[in-house]
Amino acid sequence: MTVGVVMLVHTAFDRAEQVVRHWVAGGCPVVLHVDGNVDDATYQAFAQSLDDLDQVRFSQRFRCNWGGWGLVAGTQAATTLLLDRFPDVRHVFLASGACLPLRPVNELRDYLDARPDTDFIESATTADVPWTVGGLDRERFTLRFPFSWKKHRWLFDRYVQLQQLVGFKRKIPEGILPHMGSQWWCLTRKTLQAILNDPRRKTFDTYFKLVWIPDESYYQTLARLHARKIESRSLTLAKFDYQGKPHIFYDDHRELLQRSGCFVARKIWPYADALYDSFPTKTASTPPDMEPTTATIDRIFASAVDRRLNGRRGLYMQSRFPNPDKEKGLAATPYSVFQGFDEVFPNFVNWLAKRTGAEVHGHLFATDRAHFSNSAQIYRGGLSDNARLRDYNGRMFLINLLWNGRENHHCFQFCPADTQEVRWMLAKDTQARIWVVTGAWAVSLFLSGRSAADVRAEAARLQRVENKFLTILRSTHSRARIQIMTLADLVEAPMDVLQAIIDDIAGHRGSAVTEVPKMANLDGLPAFLQDLKNQGMHPFLTGELTVHSRPGRADAGQPKPYAVGQK
Amino acid sequence: MGIWTSYRLRLQRKRWKLRARRKARELVVVQDRTDQIKPDDILLFCTFRNEDVRLPYFLKYYRALGINHFLFVDNSSDDGGCAYVAEQPDVSVWTTTAGYGDSRYGVDWLTALQSKYAHGHWALTVDVDEFFVYPFCDTRPIRALADWLDASEVRSFGAMLLDMYPKGPVSDAVYARGDDPLTVANWFDPGNYIMTRNKLLRNLWIQGGPRARLFFEEKPKQAPALNKVPFVKWRRPYAYVSSTHMILPRGLNLVYDRQGGEKASGILLHAKFLNTFGDRANEEASRAEHYGRGREYKSYVAKHDNAPDLWSQWSEQYINWRQLEILGLMSKGNWA
Repeated sequence: MTVGVVMLVHTAFDRAEQVVRHWVAGGCPVVLHVDGNVDDATYQAFAQSLDDLDQVRFSQRFRCNWGGWGLVAGTQAATTLLLDRFPDVRHVFLASGACLPLRPVNELRDYLDARPDTDFIESATTADVPWTVGGLDRERFTLRFPFSWKKHRWLFDRYVQLQQLVGFKRKIPEGILPHMGSQWWCLTRKTLQAILNDPRRKTFDTYFKLVWIPDESYYQTLARLHARKIESRSLTLAKFDYQGKPHIFYDDHRELLQRSGCFVARKIWPYADALYDSFPTKTASTPPDMEPTTATIDRIFASAVDRRLNGRRGLYMQSRFPNPDKEKGLAATPYSVFQGFDEVFPNFVNWLAKRTGAEVHGHLFATDRAHFSNSAQIYRGGLSDNARLRDYNGRMFLINLLWNGRENHHCFQFCPADTQEVRWMLAKDTQARIWVVTGAWAVSLFLSGRSAADVRAEAARLQRVENKFLTILRSTHSRARIQIMTLADLVEAPMDVLQAIIDDIAGHRGSAVTEVPKMANLDGLPAFLQDLKNQGMHPFLTGELTVHSRPGRADAGQPKPYAVGQK
Repeated sequence: MGIWTSYRLRLQRKRWKLRARRKARELVVVQDRTDQIKPDDILLFCTFRNEDVRLPYFLKYYRALGINHFLFVDNSSDDGGCAYVAEQPDVSVWTTTAGYGDSRYGVDWLTALQSKYAHGHWALTVDVDEFFVYPFCDTRPIRALADWLDASEVRSFGAMLLDMYPKGPVSDAVYARGDDPLTVANWFDPGNYIMTRNKLLRNLWIQGGPRARLFFEEKPKQAPALNKVPFVKWRRPYAYVSSTHMILPRGLNLVYDRQGGEKASGILLHAKFLNTFGDRANEEASRAEHYGRGREYKSYVAKHDNAPDLWSQWSEQYINWRQLEILGLMSKGNWA
């Protein structure tokens, strides 16, 4: 008893010939179906090249178009011929010209001899698998598909729509339940004869002629009627990408294929010389009765599909340019933005870096230059600290910075005096955590030693800019994690806020805050703010700094008396 | 708007084609072996001027990738480069004395040749200092890429220009004829490229890298474009718009995904910054035949005395395409 091969060929005839010789040398008879679209001269030349092999037959030719009935008809003809002419064939293996046997033919024969009644055909009901491309799953079987999907796409789509519109539904012949699966199967003589000699074959054929992609459902469905024992898997290793197009194997896949233990793989690139030279091969590491294991291959191809569909988060590059407002357009890594903290705690940057281990930058968007951590002039990836270069595309600047350093948590300082272009990006990015101390800009104005009258205009501008930022942060479009507090709130309870920041960045690795950053000397700030008010500029974002506002533990126990701020 | 824009771009494309036909008259054939071109050969188009020193390695590199036929336009070289390529068995070469600037920086000449010889072929259009890198290029010939793109029904393949430079002054990176320039200039900026989308032609406009960082920090908008679409399954009506940065019809510029996925893409390693650069910069700055009347070259001459050092502590040393893939400069897409 042996296994016979039905091979469907439409191109790369030299490779097909090579593979036919492998099968025949291994003792398998082969029946070839050559696509009816192939011109006669090519066909004759191919037939002649195999003239010397008496185990090879050519079947009647049908025109095969993708998704059409021709493939099934061709397979039927070739299978009938194979079963008639080679009576000792027990299993029929369906292969294509681009299939390559990886293991010696006798290993396949032994494997099948040990399972004489088993039909290997991937076969699942449409309701249970999401395999289909184009959204047509159940409808493949209930609509009519007279137009080619590849050649007449417009007609195909319109005709489907028309049928959906009028509610047309074909009747599925009694007694069958549509199944689908890989078109590459290995069935027993008994099952095939039952399918081919079924008294209702005419009914089934008529029905399947107008089903979409019948080569993935004809045998899959009918095998369920007749088979005694179905193993719903294909012995042919074939992977498909997200468009339903087969992945192709190249020379650099050799080791991978060898380790898989699969009997046959497709599709092989016709010029993959190293593959055609080295397979089929027997290796010491492949025990003869080894089951195919495709986990590694599955993983590689699944990750390729994921790369194509989802890409790498936070990466903007020549072939990935997602909409910045969509989930996939977000930054590569979580990052924290601090507005006002370094005004209240002059040493905040160093302190934060020390406490959290995060990459803490100064004002990345300062108007003089980008203040990278450690005051570098050039930062990771080759980012320049030049303000003009940065402001040419501030959004991309930040996207690049976060992508280049994506293994770190990044923090940077922000304030109303900085370039504001990235405000919307910050607000919309779910990766951003934004901590704002409103009115903290008053601290640096106060510490500058200039009089309220001098800084009045500047204070009004900063307040306006900050207020705009707050409006954005509070808008319905903002999706960042946002904490807003007034200067008075922070001064009231600095430890709580600082602890929350540490916990947020360092998580479980953070510890209780023991060492606190020194707060700026705010003596006289309330009076300064009152002066501003007296000038007619009300700093409403600072909150109410009162005499009771005291820096708590953060000031290491030195109470600071504040003048009472009057309204 | 939609139909009107399409119509306008169609007219523009027709104009470029017409212009290319006119400019084709400036070409004088030196060696025509185009009868050797077989139906599915992969072709390379290139225009050069006084690049004899680079040509031997250029041919070697692209032959190794599997280019079947080279079509060169020599813009009045006087260093023997034209004669050198004319001797090669897989080369056809034309020469012209007309102005480089007047032919849209050589595009018109190449468009004329492409219309005539590239129809139905995969065509790679590069400069002599550009080295095409694509996913798996160390194990799979360029035909594998072309076949895969065909099977995926993709007509054009993007490859960003990546400026390569030596560590230390450019003048110290001595290049000898026949050498691999990437062993001398093998550093690059890994992550400072910015991009915006050109709504009209639908391409991404990419700028950045060492040239933006050092030469254009005061006028970043003028920094050179780095986006390129060098590998195209050519049809007669196609035409490059500005170098290989953009092409019409504009659908060919959609080499990127906007839903978050990554399309497969490559890199053109740009081995421009070698010791040959200083003389070239002087010459081109005075000739003013290049884009923007050679303003890029003027900038080099003015700022860096022709011997800039582009290296920084964050420069990366080139290893292979996988490194570029991991850095996010190119992508395998769903090719595995």
